[in-house]
Amino acid sequence: MCRLAMKTASEPFSPFSVLQAMEAMQEGYDGSGLGLLLRGLKFADYKYNAADPILSGIAHTEEALTRLDHNMDKAGFTLKYDHEYDVKKAMIEAQDRHKYILRVYKKPAAWSKLSVDQVEHELMLTRLALRADGEAHGNDLTAFSLWPDVVMAKEVGWPLEIGLALGLDSGRITSRICMAQGRQNTNYGINLYACHPFFIQGVATMTNGENTAFIPIKDWLSGRSFPGYIGYQSDSEVFAHILHYVTKQLKLPLETYKHVITPLKNEELAVHPQGDFLRGLRDACRRLIIDGPNAVIGTLPDETSMLVMDAKKMRPATVGGKPGEWAIASEMCGVDAMIPDRDRSKDFQPMREHTVIIPPDRQELQIWSQFDQFPIPQAA
Amino acid sequence: MVTVRSIPNTPSSLTPNDLPWIIEHNQDRCTLCGRCAAVCPVGTLKLAYMRKRMPHLVLSSTERGSAYKTFVGIRQSTEVSKRCIGCGSCSLVCPNEAIHPIHNDIRDRFRFLNNQQGEPAKRGGRRNVPGASLLDRIIFDRISMLTDPALDAGRHEFSCNTLLGRVLPPEEYVRRKLAGEWIPPVREIFPFVIGSMSFGALSPNMWLGLLQGVAYCNEVLGIPVVMATGEGGCPPWVLRSPFLKYIILQIASGYFGWDEIIRAIPEMQCDPAAIEIKYGQGAKPGDGGLLMWFKVSKLIARLRGVPEGVDLPSPPVHQTLYSIEESVMKMIQTMSMAWDFRVPVYPKISGSTSAKSVLNNLVRNPYAAALMIDGIDGGTGAAYNVSMDATGHPIAANVRECYLDLCAQGKQNEIPIFAAGGVGKNGNVTQNGMALIMLGASGVHMGKYIMQSAAGCLGTETNRCNVCNIGLCPKGITSQNPKLYRRLDPDQVAQRVAETFMSIRTEMKKIMAPLGRSQSLPIGMSDALGIDDKDVAERLNIRYVC
Repeated sequence: MCRLAMKTASEPFSPFSVLQAMEAMQEGYDGSGLGLLLRGLKFADYKYNAADPILSGIAHTEEALTRLDHNMDKAGFTLKYDHEYDVKKAMIEAQDRHKYILRVYKKPAAWSKLSVDQVEHELMLTRLALRADGEAHGNDLTAFSLWPDVVMAKEVGWPLEIGLALGLDSGRITSRICMAQGRQNTNYGINLYACHPFFIQGVATMTNGENTAFIPIKDWLSGRSFPGYIGYQSDSEVFAHILHYVTKQLKLPLETYKHVITPLKNEELAVHPQGDFLRGLRDACRRLIIDGPNAVIGTLPDETSMLVMDAKKMRPATVGGKPGEWAIASEMCGVDAMIPDRDRSKDFQPMREHTVIIPPDRQELQIWSQFDQFPIPQAA
Repeated sequence: MVTVRSIPNTPSSLTPNDLPWIIEHNQDRCTLCGRCAAVCPVGTLKLAYMRKRMPHLVLSSTERGSAYKTFVGIRQSTEVSKRCIGCGSCSLVCPNEAIHPIHNDIRDRFRFLNNQQGEPAKRGGRRNVPGASLLDRIIFDRISMLTDPALDAGRHEFSCNTLLGRVLPPEEYVRRKLAGEWIPPVREIFPFVIGSMSFGALSPNMWLGLLQGVAYCNEVLGIPVVMATGEGGCPPWVLRSPFLKYIILQIASGYFGWDEIIRAIPEMQCDPAAIEIKYGQGAKPGDGGLLMWFKVSKLIARLRGVPEGVDLPSPPVHQTLYSIEESVMKMIQTMSMAWDFRVPVYPKISGSTSAKSVLNNLVRNPYAAALMIDGIDGGTGAAYNVSMDATGHPIAANVRECYLDLCAQGKQNEIPIFAAGGVGKNGNVTQNGMALIMLGASGVHMGKYIMQSAAGCLGTETNRCNVCNIGLCPKGITSQNPKLYRRLDPDQVAQRVAETFMSIRTEMKKIMAPLGRSQSLPIGMSDALGIDDKDVAERLNIRYVC
């Protein structure tokens, strides 16, 4: 089993504090890898404009880096900032890491005429093109994300050591949200893309546990003809894509995510104020029903954070904090490490019906129950 | 050597050893009660006085000659039409276990002569291929253990139901819901459906027992079982009863029974579960229904709107139709309209290499609610041997390629595929059904299994009984003769139906729990399937295991 830690705070903080929380939960994972996602960024060396897209990835060879430069150039991107991690190569297991990429670009001038949706689509296509380019050249280029205000890093090894190896303890990068996961996907083959968090168009999730309904869900998502629904080296990638599908494609409120992945039973829907709509939604999204055990932690482009469980078996997860600062972790000691000075009696462990939502203002924790009405008056 | 004419020797002469079943009679135990001869449905048994010569030879005496003894024994007819069918009714009634049929394991000569008077052999629907079927050989091999915990089949809650009806893509559902437009009807049903067996093929008692059992499953056990009528209508009282919601009404090429149904629509208390339009069936693909005159009783004649005692062969195709496009447009939409678009309407076809074309046509029609494919092992109806044995397509590959085709279009949730054809023919009904579900079917229909399990049908894959077509069913399941069908108590059938579905539900949980699945039926969960045959694994796109 892997361990998850996420912190969201109004004031940017160092990702290293989250890695220390991972270390506190070290008995729960095998230390096979680290996946990191930062949102709401602040660089010590650079004044970042949050509208500029950031490319995160790894160039495994010099040739891949040259190709990347060429491709981004060709696509019309202008490099604004190239962050150099303080890499300590000796501490990294893998030998083929030519450069960890964290680059801020200026969007192509031609995109100024595009709508927001079109720009988001183009960003995704560019990332996919980089990924495809890497895959066509013996996986010499890995592209995790290309999105404004989001940085990702994934590596094989012990999480804290990777943090040290990338110099994350220096405080040069801080962020308002940090998601960290401490294991490579050992359920299937080891692959950098298979490591959580998963990312698509600003939507990111990381998951604890294995989704036994993976294949039917994957088959359905793959049939959407949506270019971003690819990969699936990990069974957990579908959680990010379902969240994306529900919020971005169906444009339903975040609360419906829970109704899609773990719909209520007939007798529960019969007494639900929106039972009629939800029953139809359950039928229409039947292939997206997950079967756990899973704890899914997600963050959205507007810096909303969330936590949900599967409907039955569940994986451990606790949320705690105080106004302006909240943490979600697989174990209480993880939350303790991230926010020691909170009122612990208000910590919360969600059950099957709950969605924990931390809104962007971070003033309070919303515990929304699936049995309650959600805001979609037109449909219900 | 005697002259040729002094021994019975015609081309069709047979001895008991040439027949598929040989009667073994133990004279020592026989009480001469005659019940076996009286009960034999085909009249193959005759009590006969026989004379036996006892040579009398005493060496010390001058007396010579023979003594004669008469005894009462059993004669087995060797006439083709009266051959023993192996039903075992004789041993069922014998008070002393003195008689029973034995299967002739030597390849019988009978099969070369069973076309007397130029009429090829027909039989009740059973393909007679003994041994493990392909479905029997599929195993569920993705067991949840350490990476995720297994479920407790006895304690956890399981969602075992499936959907019958056209399901909209989510975007379209949300749009229509917001706009207040029509949403196609969808039924949540138990994935094991009692397949189409007509009121006419089945006896009134069998039909009543099934319906009682289905109602009990729905209303008491909470298992939403539905049953299909087959062609031939539905008793008028059922059409006007609240039980109609458990019934899939079938319309087929003879349109038998539809006058009654249409006339009853204004008086219906509820809608039927669905309408099945039969274009083909597993037992005799490309051939129509075949209800023989001796099964067309007064009641059946009334229901079907025909004179009593006439053969009722349905044409092989719907005469009003020219093509699949027309069929979908005319029939599916007409039927939908008859119930004001509140009832799912779907076609049933025989397993065929053309199934994919049919499916793709249905995908593009917004009213088509499902596709039912009946494979070569399917069917309970009367059919010519040649149709039953060699016409059609096995169900597994047919369902799989249709499902993968839907997946490629991203429409696997929109048109449910139902499968039939040998589900449970060797008794492994849940395993067979779940294998088909994981290959991509949304549910399965079963006919033979339910006849055997709920009513004790005597048929086996070694050509036992198989006379459903001639109205002589020894159990009273497929006969319209009151003397025969009174043998079957509807209450007992209903009880067996309930027992059968309770057991299927438990077995479903026992399959789903180790796979870590409980929230939804594992449709298309092909990563859990394995088979010990490389070619089959490759064809079905599942794992080869050994």
